[in-house]
Amino acid sequence: MASPKLCRRTQLKTYLPTKFIVERDQDRCIQCGVCIRQCGWGVHELDEEDGVVRSHDELCRACHRCVSFCPTGALNIRENTLSYRRNANWRGEVIEDILRQAESGGILLTGMGNDKEYPIYWDHLLLNASQVTNPSIDPLREPMELRTYLGAKPDRLEVDPRTLEVKTPLSSQVGLEVPIMFSAMSFGAISFNVHEALARAATEAGTLYNTGEGGLDRRLYGYGDHTIVQVASGRFGVHQDYLDVGRAIEIKIGQGAKPGIGGHLPGEKVSADVAATRMIPRGTDALSPAPHHDIYSIEDLAQLIYALKEATNYSKPVGVKIAAVHNAAAIASGVVRAGADYVALDGLRGATGAAPKVIRDNVGIPIELALASVDRRLRQEGIRNRASIVVGGGIRNSGDVIKAIALGADVVYIATAALIAIGCHVCQSCHTGRCSWGISTTDPYLAKRINPDIATRRLVNLLRGWSLEIKEMLGGMGINALESLRGNRLHLRAVGLTEAEMNILGVRPAGS
Amino acid sequence: MFDNQMRANPYGDDKVMAACSIFGMIDTSGKRVGGQGVIRAIANMHDRSNGLGGGFGIYGLYPELSEQYALHVMYGDRASQRAVEEYLRESFDVVHEEEIPCRRQARVHKPPLLRRYFVDVGSHAAFGQGDDDYVVQRVMEINGGSHDAFVFSSGKDMGVFKGVGYPEDVADFFRLDEYQGYLWTAHGRFPTNSQAWWGGAHPFSLLDLTVVHNGEISSYGSNKAYLEMYDYQCTLQTDTEVIAYALDLLLRRHRLPIELAAKVLAAPLWSEIDRLEPRERALYIALRQTYGSLLMNGPFTIIVARQGEMIGLTDRIRLRPLTAAIKDDLFFLSSEESAIRLISPDLDRVWTPLGGEPLVARVRSREAAGLEEALVA
Repeated sequence: MASPKLCRRTQLKTYLPTKFIVERDQDRCIQCGVCIRQCGWGVHELDEEDGVVRSHDELCRACHRCVSFCPTGALNIRENTLSYRRNANWRGEVIEDILRQAESGGILLTGMGNDKEYPIYWDHLLLNASQVTNPSIDPLREPMELRTYLGAKPDRLEVDPRTLEVKTPLSSQVGLEVPIMFSAMSFGAISFNVHEALARAATEAGTLYNTGEGGLDRRLYGYGDHTIVQVASGRFGVHQDYLDVGRAIEIKIGQGAKPGIGGHLPGEKVSADVAATRMIPRGTDALSPAPHHDIYSIEDLAQLIYALKEATNYSKPVGVKIAAVHNAAAIASGVVRAGADYVALDGLRGATGAAPKVIRDNVGIPIELALASVDRRLRQEGIRNRASIVVGGGIRNSGDVIKAIALGADVVYIATAALIAIGCHVCQSCHTGRCSWGISTTDPYLAKRINPDIATRRLVNLLRGWSLEIKEMLGGMGINALESLRGNRLHLRAVGLTEAEMNILGVRPAGS
Repeated sequence: MFDNQMRANPYGDDKVMAACSIFGMIDTSGKRVGGQGVIRAIANMHDRSNGLGGGFGIYGLYPELSEQYALHVMYGDRASQRAVEEYLRESFDVVHEEEIPCRRQARVHKPPLLRRYFVDVGSHAAFGQGDDDYVVQRVMEINGGSHDAFVFSSGKDMGVFKGVGYPEDVADFFRLDEYQGYLWTAHGRFPTNSQAWWGGAHPFSLLDLTVVHNGEISSYGSNKAYLEMYDYQCTLQTDTEVIAYALDLLLRRHRLPIELAAKVLAAPLWSEIDRLEPRERALYIALRQTYGSLLMNGPFTIIVARQGEMIGLTDRIRLRPLTAAIKDDLFFLSSEESAIRLISPDLDRVWTPLGGEPLVARVRSREAAGLEEALVA
């Protein structure tokens, strides 16, 4: 039944093998057609002649939407274990990438974050706990504080000794009840319902979400106090109301999934709503240039930071997001000196709606190393207090969060984890716009699958669960306020790392 | 090459840990009293220490030389003494110097050479540099230098006496029963990971600020990283050192009132701050935002003293004991009430302060600031 598969652009017959096999238990299948309707890629099809549902395995992306919604549990997806002759260099993925390019003649695109086996340093760091010499603290019985303030802190506080009035001028701060924010995902890359859920969840949990570079739909202005409005190189959707409504502004210089290159939202995803929000014609490609064409140097960045501060009357923090690259420490130091109230670092494993695969898989450095070196550099220069550090890029659980705080972060960004919470199975197909879970699509038929009420609950649950776990771990270390763990690398020990890696991370080997 | 850091923390642990007994007494009328009472009181808490450190801080100690910085220095050998003395004479105008009088038969462990110097900064300080800053720099230079020498007291009209032994034996060794002061603090130490070194005992001091401390700070790494931004070198790697530097930064360099400095070390909970009046709330939010990295997290009780005042403070959920008491002009702070009752059985008032609630007693004001607040509570 398999129809000949052709490359969409060049119409060449494909030599690519099928990646996944759809297993259907015909005894269980009741031919209800749920799988047919649920799949965004048209994998399942009713064979009219036989009255049986069959599958086009070669189209399957292993997103598991059909598996999750099959009412009789008749479906399973497994990897096609097609064997190549063993070769450490010419592995299956390498061969298939070449085949795909020989057929398409283009840049290979992909979605989500780097999936390669680079070291995950979180998994080589272990946390401390109190025994005997100081008591651990039970968060069920004692207060345990996670509140964090995003923004620049003064070098010292001058207080009038008589009136106890604060004389030091303070810059704007944003209080967060959990040290976790939702990272930038633009409307267009993700559906409106997802944006709404992120906005509502951030509001309910007392944190912030980030609009990404696609502007902000006016229907979500009510959640402005929990919104970071992003200003990126394409300047999509940036206007006075947009800047005014956000609680903080973020200048996006780079993204961990694709450092050094811009963005591309294909015209197919630019629906009427997206077009209105981005302030571009419907159906046109939205291209974000690689650099900001008004920022060719650090002094230009300072100008944009202060232009945005002036435009908003110094009423909100202005942060700068950069991808974690080789000279992150020096760049971050410049960014802080340019006046940024926070620096967001996005690591090698940070995700994307669409990026060239070769960039995603080969450019940037792991966030753990970038964070450690940026925190150290800002301390060495005596300016660590002048900006908060926010890190993102592959944060998977509360363990990663607390280790990031101990390495020096004030707050972490999560995006992939948030999308997983509302259904994403990390099939890395966001760039197709056909997301069966209704997340990374603007097709109304698919996008309405995200129920904002339910998605909000799932996101709030995730943050609540992580918060409870963070409190348990803090209490175990004998700490009852998050700020006492920030940059406290003595509570970390390394296993299985080289001397050089431990020096960069500023942690000692376990057992020492 | 000699290294005080190696001696303070011989196993190279994250930091030096210790538990303790602490005691403090101030005569708020400013009358100088002998040490017999304080020595008996700290001796009564013998079992809270293990013979690896005892010490005392005394204020109003040198009335005849009250204008000079009194440097108490310990030496491991004569060569170090000669080198450092030469350095002292180059760096200061030495007004008077002598051996610190000792009872050689006292039960203490391997006493070093102990001398004191009364010095003026004179014209030695750099242009625009204050005398205090100059003295701090010289002390840090000697203590971080390569000689077997350690300056363990550097304030005016006050002095620290400390060593390896039980506190009552250290007092015996230094003949403290022969001294008088209006303010006494005392400490008995129970270290878990440090070898016997005289410099490691409490009080820890910088200029006239002294700290005796019972506890373990879980936030040590954060505190240290923050202080390093302000050029403090935490060479001894003890919690007490970090507390002393934090207070030096807040009180001397940033000129915060001691009551507010206490609210940095033991910050009110956010839930408490949220309930304050708007003006007070703004102050405490700003304090925590600015100095959150100096929050001392984990169990501690400290008695901090400087010229004219003594403050007692516990961590904000009070994981280590502190009892306060008043008898006429005398104000007491102690790990255990029994130690106070031993030397002043008939107290006007005795109570346990709230966690994180600073108790400040000052000379001449008679009334210990903060007491009323505690009364209400």
